[in-house]
Formats: sequence, structure tokens, C-alpha cells
Amino acid sequence: MTAADTTTPGGLLLAGAVLVPFIGVLTGMVLGGRNVERIALATLVVGLAISIGVADAAIQSGATVVYLLGGWAPPLGIALRADGLSVVMMLAVAVVICGIGIYARADFGMPNGTSEARAPYAFWLLLLAVWGALNLVFVSGDLFTLYVALELLTFAGVPLVCLDGRAETLRAALRYLLFALFGSLLYLLGAVLLYGAYGTLDIALLGATVHPGGVALAALALMTVGLLAKTALFPLHIWLPPAHAGAPAAASAVLSALVVKGSWFLVIRLWMDAMPGAVTLPSAQLLGALGAAAIFVGNVVALRQARLKLLIAYSTIAQIGYLFLMFPIVVGLDRAHLDSGAAMSGGMLQAISHATAKAAMFMAAGLVYKVLGHDRIADLRGVAGVLPMTVVAFALGGASLIGLPPSGGFFAKWLLLSAALATAQWWWAVTMLVGGLLTSMYVFIVVVRAMAPADAGWAPASSVPRYQQWAVLGLALCSFVLGLAALLPVDIVQIGRSGVLP
Amino acid sequence: MSASTLFGMCAALLIGAGAYGLIVNAHPLRKILAFNVIGSGVFLLFGAIAHRGAAAGLGGDPVPQALLITGIVVAFSATALAVALLLRLFAASGSVSLADTPPNTPVSADGPAGE
Repeated sequence: MTAADTTTPGGLLLAGAVLVPFIGVLTGMVLGGRNVERIALATLVVGLAISIGVADAAIQSGATVVYLLGGWAPPLGIALRADGLSVVMMLAVAVVICGIGIYARADFGMPNGTSEARAPYAFWLLLLAVWGALNLVFVSGDLFTLYVALELLTFAGVPLVCLDGRAETLRAALRYLLFALFGSLLYLLGAVLLYGAYGTLDIALLGATVHPGGVALAALALMTVGLLAKTALFPLHIWLPPAHAGAPAAASAVLSALVVKGSWFLVIRLWMDAMPGAVTLPSAQLLGALGAAAIFVGNVVALRQARLKLLIAYSTIAQIGYLFLMFPIVVGLDRAHLDSGAAMSGGMLQAISHATAKAAMFMAAGLVYKVLGHDRIADLRGVAGVLPMTVVAFALGGASLIGLPPSGGFFAKWLLLSAALATAQWWWAVTMLVGGLLTSMYVFIVVVRAMAPADAGWAPASSVPRYQQWAVLGLALCSFVLGLAALLPVDIVQIGRSGVLP
Repeated sequence: MSASTLFGMCAALLIGAGAYGLIVNAHPLRKILAFNVIGSGVFLLFGAIAHRGAAAGLGGDPVPQALLITGIVVAFSATALAVALLLRLFAASGSVSLADTPPNTPVSADGPAGE
């Protein structure tokens, strides 16, 4: 990322990507009632178009899209920047949010006979708020705006946990909030230290000036730990399973697929863009080791779960571990003066394929719950007869998590594996393979149980609209065919990032 | 010892005390208060940095002051959200414990994973 000091064509779209969801939140809040859902769905369409527009602008120009707020250049002003990383994440989030929006129409439509119910009203507004906050995380060019974006994301994510207002979910939400707040304070403290030492919070300017030393290391450590608490990387993961498994299915999908990616993305910004000078290979190895521990613990605990939603939540913990394996690999390649672009693309692809697959799996679990009236894994028989598309979607999402070709998970793990071997870090390769094996065990257990024929005389507890099944299958298919991204003529992730390499 | 250093040390003390309080206290309200103590420490540190980095003739660097105001607003909203959740939790369960199964509330047969 270079410190471009002019607004580029399409720059205004970046402001739109952040503002449009929040305009939707505010108008929805004022108009209320049945208008909330309509406004939310209209905003989804506009937001998707804006994300595609940003991607188009970046691909056309082959460079970072920049927008200077008020025309003031950093360090005095604030810049919004969308490089390749931002563009792919914005696109992925837009697609997943739209899928969740279609699915949620059945669960969060305003009930007939009432003008306004609390849970739907809150859900649609929070869905848009999460989207706006995520877009702000992706395009922010300075560490303080990122702090505000992170807090917005937390404030939008926490109430999603306790939409139904039961005591267990309120407890999970409060726990999540306390973890997240402690994390943000650590992040803010690190940002303050950096400002004290370097006099700027702009990422591009910091990236050029930060040098190894006590302040930079302390700031990096504080901010990283704070962000890990929000991302739920092992051993700071204990808040995640009750929060993600207790929420309604559509909200779980938002939280598990998207919200945790926000703080993870920020770790990448910090390590790769803001402070590449202060990062050391041993610290990156430590981050990778935590990721490996998360993969083992998350997968083994997921295998022991009796309930489908908890199983999926623990599988999220394991998949978060994969996201952190890219750090030692990328830093190792940079230290060896090799091209780390492919490993970077692998990490991003892992995030995107997990986002689509996990949203599909949580929503599939929601449909299973509706049909059976419970989600005990031991009693899943008969589901495949009633919900064939949904079981296929769960299997496709699972295949992407395992890393079977041609899924996005396969291509991501392939890129990371070959990069790990290129830097002689074979232990990460072993971790990925063993993790994939454990993942395949619980995916197969669920699918096999669901395929078993139903008992005679059994009838589904309630029926499921077909468009919900299509939304789930659509997202799972997205994840499954993402591996074909290898055939694209341009590597979008690399746009505007050539300046990062030494 | 200059004023900036003194305030910086006070800030470190507040952050340390707050972090200790946040970790060792089981009661959520105490955790929320400890969060605010840490926040005050961070804001004080930012103020000290603004004072130290001031250009000649100015009382302080204005940028941290502007950021501080935002930070205080964010911390205030966070506290409000946390307290609101705590009140709802008390209304719903009659207890404010964060433990998975508080001793004085009946455990529902569904466990925490239902919808």
C-alpha cells in the first residue's frame, strides 16, 4: 500500500459502502414496523451493487482505491483505502449478508396481526449495522477509525446473540461483551502508544516509519492480544460457543461467518501493513502455534458435541485457527525474500470460503431445528428425506471446511501448504492435514446420521419455505466452487499491495 | 520528574489496577467498573502524550484531544450497553452470575444450545 494522496476514480463508492448500511439503519429505526424489513432488503441490493462497483474500480485501475474525506490528505486528514484485501472481503461479506437476508425473511418477518415485533426490528437493523461496521473495518486507513469500526462491530454483534431474550443467551452476550471491551481497550492502548512514539495513526505512514523497538513491540503485543480476544483465537475462545450456538440461526450465521473476521482482518492490517518492521519471525510462529492449538482443541471438542449448533460453533474455533496459520508462513516467505503473495491469497481465500460455508452450515442447522424441533445429532434421522437440499448444502459446506477439491477450502489449504513447504515449515502442513482429517470425521457423522431413513409414522414438526433452502444451498455452492478462483486472470488480492514487499 | 511522566505513571497504575480488577472479580458490575478504570487510564495516558507532544506555545497536541472525546463517548456507550444487558439478565434469571449454571436458578432441560 502506498501513501497515495489523491482520491481515485470510484473513491466515493468507499464512503457509500460505509454510509449506505447506516443510512438504512437510521431510516429503518425511524420508520419502524414492516418498513424495517423492506428498507433492509433494499439496502442489501444497493450495498451489493456498491461492493461490486468498488471491485470493478480496483480491477480496472489495478491499484488501491482511495477516498480522502473532505479532500484532506493524511496525516492531517483521514483516508479510506480499498486494496485487494479489502475488495475481496467486501465482496464476500456482501454476498453472505445477502444470502442471510433472504434466509432471514422467514424467521424475522413481522408476524401477521402485529405492527411491530421487537426481535425482527432489532435483527434487520443490526444486520445492516454489522455490514456497515465491517465495510468500515475493510476500508479504514488509520488505526483510530479502525478502533471506532471495531466498537461498532461489537455493539452490533452483541445484541444479535440475545435476540430472544432468554437468560442463557443474555449471559452469553454479556460475557462476549466483556471480552470484546477488554480487547478494544488493549487495542486502544496500543494505538495511543504508537501515536506517542510516531505522531501518526495512518497505516501507510506508520508502515514506512515503524522500526523495531520497545514501544513498537509493546504496542503490537497489546493490540494483537486485544484483537485475538475479539476473534476468539484459542485460548481466548471460551465466550464463543455459548454466544454463537445460542443465537437464532440467521444471527449465528452473521456472528460466526462475518463478525469474527473483522478483528482478524485488523490483525493482518497491523502485522502486514502498519508494522511490518516490528514483526519478528518468532512472534509470527507463536501466533501460528496458537492457531494450531485452536485447530486441535476446536476440532476434538466439536467431535464430542451432542448438539448440531454447538458442533458448528466449535468448528468455527478450529477454522479461526486456520486463519492464523498464514502469519508464520507469510512472514517466513518475506524474511526469505520470496514472494508471499500466494500465501496471502490462500489466507484470504480460507477466510472467504469459511464465511460462506459456515453461514450455510449454521442456517442449515436452523432449518434442521425447525423440521425436527431439536438439533440432537444422535436423532437426526429422516432429515435428508424432508430437506434434501439442506443436507447437500451442509455436506458441501463441510467439504469446503475439510478442503476437498474443488472447494475454496481446498485451494486455500493448497496455497498455504505449498508455501509452508517452500519455507521448510513442515509442521504447519502436518497441522492442516490432521485438522482436515478431524473435520471430515464430524462432517461425516452428521451427514450419515441425517441420511438415515426416518422412523415409520414420523412427521416433520413444521415445514420450511423453499427459498430458505435455496439461500442455504446457494451459499454452500459459493464456498464449494470458490476453488475455481484459481482460474481467474487477475489475482484480486494482490491489487495495490506490491509496495508492501521489501 | 516532569508532569507528563507523572501522569503517564498514574495512567499505568490505573490500567494495571483495572486489568487486575477485571480479571479477579466475578461480579459483572465490578467488571464493568474495572473496564472504566482501565479506560480512564488509557485516556489519561493519551492526555499526557498530547501534553508532551505539543508544539511550542501550545498547551497540548489537539489531535489526541479530539480522539479522546470520541474514545470517551465509545466507552460510555459500551458501559451503557453492558449495564442494560446486566439489568435484563437480572430480570430474566433473578441472578447476575456469569457462571454457566448459577446455583440458584433452575437449569432448563434444553441446555444452552436451543433456539
